[in-house]
Amino acid sequence: MRFFALACINTLVSLAVDAEPIDYNPVTADRLIEPEPRNWLMYRGTYDSWGYSPLDQITPDNVAGLIPVWTFSTGVEEAHQSPPIVNDGIMFITTPENQVLALDARTGDLIWRYRRELPDDLMQLHPTNRGVALWSDRVYLATVDAYLIALDARTGEVIWEREVEDYLGGYYMTLAPLVVDGKVMVGMSGGDLGIRGFIQAFSADAGEPLWKTYMVPGPGEPGHDTWPGDTWKRGGVSIWVTGSYDPDTQLAYWGTGNAGPWIGDQRSGDNLYATSVLALDIATGEVRAHHQYHWNDSWDWDEVSAPLLVDIERGGRKIKTLVHAGRNGYLWLLERSAEDIRFVDATPFVRQNVFTRLDPESGRPEYDPTKVPRTGSRVEFCPSIWGGKDWPPSAYNPKTGYLYIPANENLCGAFTGEPAKYRRGELYLGMQFSTIEVFPHEDAAHHIGELQAWDLTAGKKVWTVEFPFHNWGPVLTTGGGLVFSGGTNDRYFRAFDAKTGETLWKQRTNSGIVGVPTSYKIDGVQYVAVQSGWGVDAQRKQEYLDKAFGTKTHVPQGGVLWVFALGN
Amino acid sequence: MLGSTLFGIGTFAATNAGTRSKDPRKLPPQIGDELVRPSWEDEGRIISIDDLPLNGPPLLAYPRDPAAGIARERSRLNQILLVRLEYTEMSEQTRAVADAGIVAYSGICTHEACGVSEWNAADRYFICPCHASEFDPRNRAAVVGGPARRALPALPIKRVGRNIVVAGKFTNRVGAKRK
Repeated sequence: MRFFALACINTLVSLAVDAEPIDYNPVTADRLIEPEPRNWLMYRGTYDSWGYSPLDQITPDNVAGLIPVWTFSTGVEEAHQSPPIVNDGIMFITTPENQVLALDARTGDLIWRYRRELPDDLMQLHPTNRGVALWSDRVYLATVDAYLIALDARTGEVIWEREVEDYLGGYYMTLAPLVVDGKVMVGMSGGDLGIRGFIQAFSADAGEPLWKTYMVPGPGEPGHDTWPGDTWKRGGVSIWVTGSYDPDTQLAYWGTGNAGPWIGDQRSGDNLYATSVLALDIATGEVRAHHQYHWNDSWDWDEVSAPLLVDIERGGRKIKTLVHAGRNGYLWLLERSAEDIRFVDATPFVRQNVFTRLDPESGRPEYDPTKVPRTGSRVEFCPSIWGGKDWPPSAYNPKTGYLYIPANENLCGAFTGEPAKYRRGELYLGMQFSTIEVFPHEDAAHHIGELQAWDLTAGKKVWTVEFPFHNWGPVLTTGGGLVFSGGTNDRYFRAFDAKTGETLWKQRTNSGIVGVPTSYKIDGVQYVAVQSGWGVDAQRKQEYLDKAFGTKTHVPQGGVLWVFALGN
Repeated sequence: MLGSTLFGIGTFAATNAGTRSKDPRKLPPQIGDELVRPSWEDEGRIISIDDLPLNGPPLLAYPRDPAAGIARERSRLNQILLVRLEYTEMSEQTRAVADAGIVAYSGICTHEACGVSEWNAADRYFICPCHASEFDPRNRAAVVGGPARRALPALPIKRVGRNIVVAGKFTNRVGAKRK
């Protein structure tokens, strides 16, 4: 009944602009496992989440000649975080308010537009969307009112829609779905609103539910005893970002959010599977292995990013790893297998004063108790609430062997905990949001934002680019030896030399860039595409920094898609 | 203007129930409704003006049909903020909807529909914790900070004895504008 009712009010408007049928190359299981270099078929380009395009027409030698070849205004404000996903000449982007645009990736002509009419009483703590997934001749969208929708890739018409959860309970979705061999997997946001997070799989054909795995184990499940009393029912543990996938083991790797409420002494215990990486069997949803980066989180340090799957040589041995630059400020290296996730090593990549020691075998951190927020006190800690790296994804380039991390350094913060009061669908934090403090370390006078490059084989940082204010820029790296990223409040999109970090090119855009950049090729021309549209946490953090520094920064809002190629 | 506002709210309430029935728990505040505390806080008891300290903080309230005793708690859009202020500090527009220094506003942010649940005691502003919009209750809950662009709609009220009842419709569309 509810499904029917909402289907009626959420009038699903698709506007097909061009009546001519378009050529569309259906997406198959094999194409997703090995995408053609000319395409960008999923959130990070490939299942290993490298954010790497093998295209090499644009290089350090010629990138100075990069020019905008077309742009497209989305007509929407707030954070434009989704990657332009491209399948043989057809581009799909999403915007806040759950709009999907299909565009001719060469000319910028609009093919169709899908707009969702969202309920008036929908609370959007994170008014954004992180992109579509492709399968066969369909496009999949996870919505902020917690629906999963299948659209016709050629026309934008709705083929089916499925309510995944009730948005009035604080459930919403921001991620691009993960599609593997006819299964569409999504995860829930809402960890700040007293939800119980989960990942669920649906059949791509008809949207039938296949399995559902809670991120907070219920009674009788392993890990349930890490939650006292009934805290598991509202334990949070959101899924914010698309998982990685290893076709050899058929395991999907997901990063998980923090536990709720934010202050850990209100849910004493490790709180599995919060702030972890999970290996899920995609056939059954079974948790086959996990590693918890840090236990009983009290800093809102979600570990939302999926790990990058990279083969690395260490100690004369080639190991299959999971690489994760954490919000907790440590760069984690784990070894993955069909049965296990094993700690290899971890190194702080920003100033971090909470962990006093990591167990050399398990990687489990010990904490300085004076840096752990608690109920009834004000506690300071570094890095700040937004951590060393938030959701903007890192990238890995197999030619340099470097990992590129969009980091934030020299910031600390403080929380003042108070007993959390649960009210369905409202904030459930264990503190007043307005009492969150972010303050600069004295070194912040020099800089805050960074783009770091790490040699994963040596385990060492090789270069750093510094920015005066914070960096909120997802990263793309290419076979041409470049790194592309925006993320700063000065509205620039930049290209860096992947080996040295030298800034080789920059373009000022309409707004700040928090979008995921991608690259693709049509008719022999390599393009780089990114959405510019500031909002959500980048904007919120800017307001805190302005308070801390006594500055007033204006970053205009409104989304524009930019597409670049070499001139002449 | 008022007509379109009411149409928008009414349409939402009916369709969200899945039918065209007028579920009294979801109807917007009706003239004559009494203002009560939420059922999950203070067991939904009726609010007395003595509950409202001068210059805040505000109290969260819902409208209740006095005849049937039904609180209209099944719509987030019915969250109301009640606050008592110095009459002399109120703007003309605010005085017009207030009674005896008490004024009521929608408790749903006009930016992204979060609950406006925090209070800046130093400046006496409402705060929406989601994105840090701030509103001045002395001046029609106009935006004084953050990303919101529209004031919180006011709900005209009047005192009846020591209690407070609804005296009119919300002065503007409640919640975020999504069109």
